[in-house]
Amino acid sequence: MTDFFKSRLFLISIVVVAIAATLPLYVSGYVLGLLTVAYYFGVFAMAWDLLFGFAGEVNFGPTFLIGVGAYTAGILNNQYGWSVYLCIFLGAMASVIAGLVLALPALRVRGPYFGLTTLVAVLMLQNFVVVFADLTGGEIGLTIPDVITISANINYWIALGFMVISAAILYGLSQSPIGLVLQASGQDPVQAGALGFNIVKHKLFAFIVSAFFSGLSGALLVFYFGTASVGTVVDVAVGVNVIVAAVLGGRRTVLGAALGAIFLIVAGEFLRPTGELATFIVSFVALLVVLFFPGGFLGAALSREARS
Amino acid sequence: MLALQILIDGFAVSALYALGAMGFTLIFGVSGVLNLSHGAIMVLAAVAAWAAASVLHTDTYTGALIGVAVALIASFATYFAVVQPIQQSKRIPNEEKEIFVLTGTLLWGIMIQELIAYFFTNNAKTVLPIIEGVVNILGVRTPKNEIFTAVVCWVVIGALWLLVNRTRTGKAVLAASMNPRGVTLLGLELNSIYLVVWAIYGVLAGIAGVLLGMFLGVSSYSVGPLTASAFSIVVLGGLGSVSGSLIAAFVVGYLETVTAYLISPAYRTIPALLLLVAVMYVRPQGLLGRR
Repeated sequence: MTDFFKSRLFLISIVVVAIAATLPLYVSGYVLGLLTVAYYFGVFAMAWDLLFGFAGEVNFGPTFLIGVGAYTAGILNNQYGWSVYLCIFLGAMASVIAGLVLALPALRVRGPYFGLTTLVAVLMLQNFVVVFADLTGGEIGLTIPDVITISANINYWIALGFMVISAAILYGLSQSPIGLVLQASGQDPVQAGALGFNIVKHKLFAFIVSAFFSGLSGALLVFYFGTASVGTVVDVAVGVNVIVAAVLGGRRTVLGAALGAIFLIVAGEFLRPTGELATFIVSFVALLVVLFFPGGFLGAALSREARS
Repeated sequence: MLALQILIDGFAVSALYALGAMGFTLIFGVSGVLNLSHGAIMVLAAVAAWAAASVLHTDTYTGALIGVAVALIASFATYFAVVQPIQQSKRIPNEEKEIFVLTGTLLWGIMIQELIAYFFTNNAKTVLPIIEGVVNILGVRTPKNEIFTAVVCWVVIGALWLLVNRTRTGKAVLAASMNPRGVTLLGLELNSIYLVVWAIYGVLAGIAGVLLGMFLGVSSYSVGPLTASAFSIVVLGGLGSVSGSLIAAFVVGYLETVTAYLISPAYRTIPALLLLVAVMYVRPQGLLGRR
């Protein structure tokens, strides 16, 4: 850990965060709005990376955790008018419970089977939102009366701060002994168990942490948007974007996932003039990265550093 | 009357699901690849058949053949452009190849989907049926196309069974799904078996896609649900088990039809999803899975 504070990665991170924090002073509100969403998205991708990259669980449904947190927070605010912060906290807690529900099959089945369970969880949540339209706003979306703040600058700083804190916690966790045990149990559960580590406990922990950050970020995002809809926080396509972001940035790096998410959102915006081809181009680039740089952005950079 | 209607409609839907899932499970059984671009290839076949008929003004038979041919090409493209490079890549650790194939084929499927949407819009397209008209089965008015769909599905499934169980090539494929290493020890080239499997897959997905286009119609939005339904049928039946996915297709097809008729079309997919979750908890290897 002490090595980390002297490492180049740490210095680069500090500089990047410092520059990012001063952005509201000289860029337009439009760019800030874009980056605000990108930062929340970055937390989704990092939380996913903790589950996949470290615990080895192929979670095809990150939006199950995100959606539960987002909708719980939104519904509580919409129905009962509870304060924003209480709603966000309860949203994150609901997401933790959802994470535990998801963890149950994960402890029984592996690989593609677990992947499918998570996919089914998302489809069920999607059906739930549509069927209970009175409560959830259905396909139109849920209107959320309160916002954290209307200032674009403050919203941006909240998102940035939240992402940096999440990154620090998740990265620290991944480099800690717990992270190593997780990695071991992800790669070879039998052997890790034979070494005396409690696999079940560690995996449950990973699910809880991943769910907590996913839900928290989802809840913050809907209070930023002022609305929650299937298309923004539940749809399988959103989940695919989270996964693509994590793989692009470099799986098992945590920080790379955030980079990948920011890249994905900003690139999508730059490609807006190409209209309907934007998604095609992003997918194509992502496929090229998957095929030729399987380590992702950060993976490629880190391996070069390790070699030199 | 309603019971008979459900029986007939469910049969056609289930047969179509079975055909769609068959190629998917075959590829998994032989090469361990879960092809998440499956839905995109099916839709591509249907759209190609539709475009051939409406843009090139071919007759329906030629259109259907073009659809199947396009699916075959797409299947090989998937294998050569995405799956094979990942499988042979030295930079991807072996234990992670599965997730890379999943991510890669998923992205590939999105690319196909977006191209379809770009060139042919998102609108739903219905391929002109080969046989038109309606017949009356014991008081239930049934489109002839629905019967045709079910018949073709069963004929193709039967042909596949013969191919796999009665021909030399088919037996090699079957052997490869049981024990790939054993097959190579017998002097058979695993790569050529993969080619055969992807060819079979392309034809099956193509026929299923074109029939789906005639029966229910497709749009680029159906890509995700199609992949998900094939995936769930295959897992329900047991990954890699062809007869398992046949049974599962009928379970899912009828469950959906019964729900749509008796409860509400809006709840169509929910019981099948619940059943899937229940099966995963009780019997994670699926109905006829080996593992």
